[in-house]
Formats: sequence, structure tokens, C-alpha cells
Amino acid sequence: MKSAVVQLPGLNRDRDMIAALTKISGNAPVTIWQTETDIPDVDLIVIPGGFSYGDYLRCGAIAARMPVMQAIKAKAEAGVKVLGVCNGFQILVEAGLLPGALMRNASLKFVCKEIKLEVVNANTDFSRAYEQGQIIRCPVAHHDGNYFADAETLKTIEDNGQVVFRYAAGTNPNGSVNDIAGIVNARGNVLGMMPHPENLIEAAHGGSDGRGLFASALDVIAA
Amino acid sequence: MINARVTVTLKNGVLDPQGKAIEGALGALGFEGLGHVRQGKVFDLQIDTADKAKAEAEVKAMCEKLLANTVIENYTISLA
Repeated sequence: MKSAVVQLPGLNRDRDMIAALTKISGNAPVTIWQTETDIPDVDLIVIPGGFSYGDYLRCGAIAARMPVMQAIKAKAEAGVKVLGVCNGFQILVEAGLLPGALMRNASLKFVCKEIKLEVVNANTDFSRAYEQGQIIRCPVAHHDGNYFADAETLKTIEDNGQVVFRYAAGTNPNGSVNDIAGIVNARGNVLGMMPHPENLIEAAHGGSDGRGLFASALDVIAA
Repeated sequence: MINARVTVTLKNGVLDPQGKAIEGALGALGFEGLGHVRQGKVFDLQIDTADKAKAEAEVKAMCEKLLANTVIENYTISLA
């Protein structure tokens, strides 16, 4: 499986993401700069975390209007898997590839800690290496991760099983509605999540609970 | 030249933790009888045209495409 990592000014988790993809798939991902419109043939495109464009206007708003996003949209419509983590999730909702919005944390504080996630849909291309209902550890680091969607949208994504990860009971760090931590689009090939699975993939990280996500998306047997 | 002002506010029902914090701080300063403080954004733009209708249409497109996130925000436009 081939993968690609998007790079934009202000994204700073790209190196972590490249390391995780390389270690888990055995192949280094290609990198794509924000002005590129000709994306190479890959199976998975990842938009990593950070603070693209200094979080100006709204988190991810400027990045979502860069030329590369039109190309990613076309790839997603063609069925290529797209993963957005943290700022990547914010960019995907701003670009309209995922429903809802990510707002300032209810606490108004930047949160940087480990939380627990419940895998509420283990039947997606991003979560099949996990068991349904499994509780996994995962780090979070964000200021604007408070997921919001209107009642109608919320009902649609809940009914369709588009909620893939929820913050496990008592660990919601940001006030997200229904404890939503990660969602997929209706087709199931675009996933956005606030937590950072790429930062918990090996012993040096103190655990490898995040590995299953990449093992699922890259079609490799989870170690 | 037409000057446009765009005001972006959160939709009703969307939680505004910053507005709530400001409300609390105003209360701490002794302002009483205060409720429902909401924080928004203002953008001032200059459009190089004399055609008001055209300017308004253009600013509306800017709001829809970038200045507001219509999932959570409303916007109003005033021209001068």
C-alpha cells in the first residue's frame, strides 16, 4: 500500500506521521506540497496535525482552500482513502469532505494529554484491526477539537455508523457533542479524528494502541 | 470604491464558550443584568467598483466560500 502525506505551512506533525507510516507499512510515504494538484497514485492520503496558517480565521479554513485540497477531493471521490488527524480533521471539515465543525474546546484551554477512545465502529477501512467496543489509549493535543453538528446531521452520522471513535466515558477533553472523536464520510473512505494515533505506535511511545488504525488503513497485519 | 463590512456571528444553539467566559468576566466587573453574550468577528473590505449590486454579490460569495463557516455561523453584509 502506498501512502502520501500533505505538507502545508504551519503543519508540524508531518514528520511523526511520515515515521508512523514508514514503520508500519515498510514504505516511506510521498510528500505533497499545498500547491500540487497532480497527486501520485496512492492508496492513502494523510493530512497531519499542526497549526496550518497559524489557525487564522478558523482552524483549517485557509488550508482547506489551497489547490491541493481540490485534488484531494477528487481523489476521495474516486475512492482513495483520506485520513485527517487533528488539524487535518479541521481541514477536512472546512473543505466539506466531512460534516460538522470543530470549535474551541469547551474548557477554552489547550489540552495535551492521553485519553481513552472507544471503537464504536470496527467495520471501517480505518478501524478493522480493532474489536468492536474496544477501548484504546490515544494522545490528544488541541485547542479546537469540540465537534459540533446540527441535530439533523448528527442523527444522520449516528444512524449511518459514521461515528468511528468516541471519547470513552469521562475522558471527553473538549466538549464534543456525543463524545465524538472521529468520523467517516458516508462512503467510509475519509476519516477525520482529533486524537493522534501516530504518537502511540511503538514501545518508545509507551504503547502501540494507535497502530491498529494504520494497520487497517494500510492493509497490513497489526503487530 | 465601495466599503463593505461583514459581521459573522455564531448561529443560535451553537455553544460559544468564549462568549460565556466574557459574560463571566463582565459579571466579575460588576455589570449586572447581563445575559447571552456572544462573540463574533468583523471584516472590513474595499471593493473596487461603483456597482453596489455587484459588490454585494461578490461579498456574499466571499462569505459563503471563506469568511463564514455556514455550518456554525451566520453573516450580515453592510455596504457604504
